[in-house]
Amino acid sequence: MDTKERLKIKKHIMQCQPPAVRNGNFKEVPYGYTAEEAVEEAKRCIQCKRPYCVEGCPVNINIPAFIKLIEEGDFLGAAKKIKETNSLPAVCGRVCPQEDQCEKVCTVGKRKDTPSVAIGNLERFAADYEAKYGDIHIEINHKKDKKIAVVGGGPAGLTVAGDLCKMGYAVSIYEALHEIGGVLMYGIPEFRLPKEILSRELKVLEDMGVNVFTNEVIGKTLNVDELLNDRGYSAVFIGTGAGTPKFLNIPGEELNGIYSANEFLTRVNLMRAYNKSEYDTPIKCGKTLVVFGAGNTAMDAVRTALRLGYQDSRIFYRRSRNEMTARIEEVHHAEEEGVKFEFLINPIRFIGDENHNVTAVECERMELGEPDESGRRRPIPIKGSEFITKIDAAVIAIGTNVNPIVPSSTQGLNLNKWGYIIADENTGKTSKKGVFAGGDIVTGAATVILAMGAGKKAAAAIDKYLETGIW
Amino acid sequence: MYQIIGKKNLGEGINLYNISAPDIALKALPGQFIILRVNKKGERIPITIASSDKNDKTITILVQTLGKTTHLLSELNVGESLADLVGPLGVPTEIKKFGTVVCIGGGFGTAAIYPIAKAMKAEGNHVISIIGARSKELLLMEDEMKTASNEVLAATNDGSYGTKGIVTDVLRSIIYDKKIQIDRVIAIGPVIMMKAVSDLTKEKSIKTIVSLNPIMIDGTGMCGACRVLVGNKTKFACVDGPDFDGHLVDFDNLMNRLKFYKEEEKTSYDCHMKAHHNLTA
Repeated sequence: MDTKERLKIKKHIMQCQPPAVRNGNFKEVPYGYTAEEAVEEAKRCIQCKRPYCVEGCPVNINIPAFIKLIEEGDFLGAAKKIKETNSLPAVCGRVCPQEDQCEKVCTVGKRKDTPSVAIGNLERFAADYEAKYGDIHIEINHKKDKKIAVVGGGPAGLTVAGDLCKMGYAVSIYEALHEIGGVLMYGIPEFRLPKEILSRELKVLEDMGVNVFTNEVIGKTLNVDELLNDRGYSAVFIGTGAGTPKFLNIPGEELNGIYSANEFLTRVNLMRAYNKSEYDTPIKCGKTLVVFGAGNTAMDAVRTALRLGYQDSRIFYRRSRNEMTARIEEVHHAEEEGVKFEFLINPIRFIGDENHNVTAVECERMELGEPDESGRRRPIPIKGSEFITKIDAAVIAIGTNVNPIVPSSTQGLNLNKWGYIIADENTGKTSKKGVFAGGDIVTGAATVILAMGAGKKAAAAIDKYLETGIW
Repeated sequence: MYQIIGKKNLGEGINLYNISAPDIALKALPGQFIILRVNKKGERIPITIASSDKNDKTITILVQTLGKTTHLLSELNVGESLADLVGPLGVPTEIKKFGTVVCIGGGFGTAAIYPIAKAMKAEGNHVISIIGARSKELLLMEDEMKTASNEVLAATNDGSYGTKGIVTDVLRSIIYDKKIQIDRVIAIGPVIMMKAVSDLTKEKSIKTIVSLNPIMIDGTGMCGACRVLVGNKTKFACVDGPDFDGHLVDFDNLMNRLKFYKEEEKTSYDCHMKAHHNLTA
């Protein structure tokens, strides 16, 4: 098939649960490609000589190669190809912002009339196919006698662990919670990333030989120096993720029914509060819930609220639609499901009843002024525009601060002015010999794939350090 | 993992559990807590560590059976294990030589104050402990408190032992009648008690530390459920506390936040007990 023919093929849109159905359940939204759809979509890849997509991928998956294997019908081969560089393909196929990475630089997509190849959807297809029909066994040659400790079992740590394990090192993950996965487990909802799919990818890591210790808080149960000096680890990677949630700091915020996004999502995801008949952790349900914020976490929270039964679930954002940081796909899904978006609204205070439960929020309307330090136009309050909205609950999704446990318990670790760990961008090296760091504990809140990218670089640097002994 | 090595009923639905936890036992310091789950579908609940034994590699906790989770816990026998146990969490209590330190334990808060009194005494402080309960039989750990303190004073609501009244009555008498110079007060117990103690010591500006017990999930500085108002600022009990300056804590807010899931807790408990009784019947 020549390029001209390939470019004529229409992009295959992944089929989804209808919005009116899915907003009442926690099942995954897209169904995934059929084998026929995947092959047809794979034909759209023109196998560029210089594949920009690979450069656009933070973990440098050999994208043209795996797509070619799909086109040839070798789906297991495709999955294996992806797994050479990415330990979590079913996760990445679902939660990566491909439109900002591989698909953004796709040569096909750069042409006027042809959208980018659906690389993310194809990755997901290959991973799911393998889970269903295959059993790719990654041969590990455990020939290296050095041990590495990974602190935090989220996207960054899992990537470090997977890569170093494949290189032949003995790797142990220390996880504070009772399950590994980090934000993939406690933050990203079931309808975007089913826990079963996540667990499957996590199990592959364990089967490869990664040791997992849950319920171990490094900085409390053990500290970094003990890992290096007493437990025999030659290097430590710190990937402890997001810290304490930010709040609006307005009156009434302490009222009952006002959640941080992390709490709201942790109750529902990690603790499975949506499955009331089986699990014990409670969550309140009601009619109206407002989420403050417009990032991906805000979208996860508001769509979760709909599914819990909050029929009137809204986003209140103090800037306008153009400044939202959430993926367009997430916003689109939320709107389809019935989430109402209200822009240029700033909360002033929460109002509660005699039982200390929130009943309303007072807000003011904003207009956009000059660009601020983030380059986005600064919202300015409009005088006299205050109004009151009755609510049953609110979720604050405006970001997080640093988690202090590892930084405050580790000697010799240089921190920036906000308390995040200073680590080299290309290697993850910190100021402390043998200690590497990556993900949100270095950058502040970012995405799953960026944390994975940092993990990938750190794994390579750890290998180099342990091979050469040069810090 | 997390096996129950010893269990003792102390009356009024309060149980003492010795749990095998080698790493936690080695690290636990006074004032710290653990989070446990009884089973894989259960809640995570925070509980203060009453004592830890580095040789036995065990920790001791006291838990009052109140709802479903604590009831499930009470059904576990020696030899059985918890699903999860993590710790020691929180910032340890500041232990140094202050001079005269009053350690107050209300109800089963006595279990939490015990390691603090012991450490304060070991540091060379003159430790006066005040322990309170509704009646004599319900007074906890009196013998242990005696060895951990220079003096132990008791208060019971019904007057069956020690002073008739509450712990603040005893504290007031120390401050105003005996006119003892107190350098620091540590109070652990029901929120209402910690509030009353803080109000009393504020009059004389006696530095008072309280240990807060808000609703918590991860307990490691991620979810923010345990936020409390201290000096009008949002603090997280899991990583900033659980100890805070009692004169700055908004106790009413804490009490209100603790009530949020009362209804759900009751429903959950009732359902559990109903199923439980049907099964045992």
